[in-house]
Amino acid sequence: MRIISILILALVFALSSNQVSASPVDTYEFQDEVTKIRFQALSKELRCPKCQNQNLADSNSPIAADLRRELYELLQQGKADIEIVNFMVDRYGEFVLYRPRVSQLTYVLWFGPAVLILFGIIIVIVIVRRKPVPKEDLVLSKAQQDKLNSLTKDK
Amino acid sequence: MGKLIRFLPLILVIALGVVLYRGLSLNPQDMPSALVGKTMPAFELQTLNNSDKVVTKADLLGDIVLINVWATWCPTCKYEHPYLVDVAKDAQVKLYGLNYKDERVAAQQWLQHYEDPYVFSIFDDEGTLGLDLGVYGAPETFVIDHHGIIRKRFAGAIDTRVWRREFEPLIAQLIEEKKQGK
Repeated sequence: MRIISILILALVFALSSNQVSASPVDTYEFQDEVTKIRFQALSKELRCPKCQNQNLADSNSPIAADLRRELYELLQQGKADIEIVNFMVDRYGEFVLYRPRVSQLTYVLWFGPAVLILFGIIIVIVIVRRKPVPKEDLVLSKAQQDKLNSLTKDK
Repeated sequence: MGKLIRFLPLILVIALGVVLYRGLSLNPQDMPSALVGKTMPAFELQTLNNSDKVVTKADLLGDIVLINVWATWCPTCKYEHPYLVDVAKDAQVKLYGLNYKDERVAAQQWLQHYEDPYVFSIFDDEGTLGLDLGVYGAPETFVIDHHGIIRKRFAGAIDTRVWRREFEPLIAQLIEEKKQGK
């Protein structure tokens, strides 16, 4: 019992410490909750151009701080999400989007996995259906039937 | 046919290996600029040496222009500097500086201490023009043609080798275009 409670405590601790990350702290104030949520969502969607495997919310680099400030100002100006995303793409390219837009360049990226799964399913179906077991092989011959009967009857 | 299918997985693995191996030698920092082919963004900023003098896009246009993004906090800019002094001697291009997120006094001292290769440096302490140009570090160098179209962005230091490979052919082409009055 004691071990279990210790384990639970450890788990809770591990989960809660997971929430505390080393993200940079900005002191932006928003006029309403929606804008704040939009700011957080957009800074997670947009990628830092300098430190390429981090989003704007994660990164400590000066350019990420600048872009967060720009993002904040665009939100204060009442720009729509799509306008803000276009603003960033115009300057830093499609690269800044963690979720690339569907275009000729990204068809493979977006539809490749679905096509592969479909391909796999078709292959499985073909293999499964290719060799139906002939029915006559399933029927026991007279001698086999007799032997089966003699084996099962006695006991 | 049956034998060929047996080797299919091997062939696929080798093909995948080749693709991934190639990927190892690619530079992930090497990104094309979103601005190549677009016009130079408008701006209105002071020059580094004279806070009373405001320059705009119109002050740059008409020639084949190089805009070099630099700052005193950037060690690679120091490495690049002597090559820029060389580039400035070329009468066919005009080299302008974009002093990016820097302190005015320190930057002025830098230019006095070394040599000032720039026609003038734009003082962009807040990085506003830098943002419009999609700059995310220094040094970066932009090539702008006589119509004000951005033709190239190069991130990293310029030296003789880089200049020959990345800039010389493009500048020769731009000079040719200008001659033909395109």
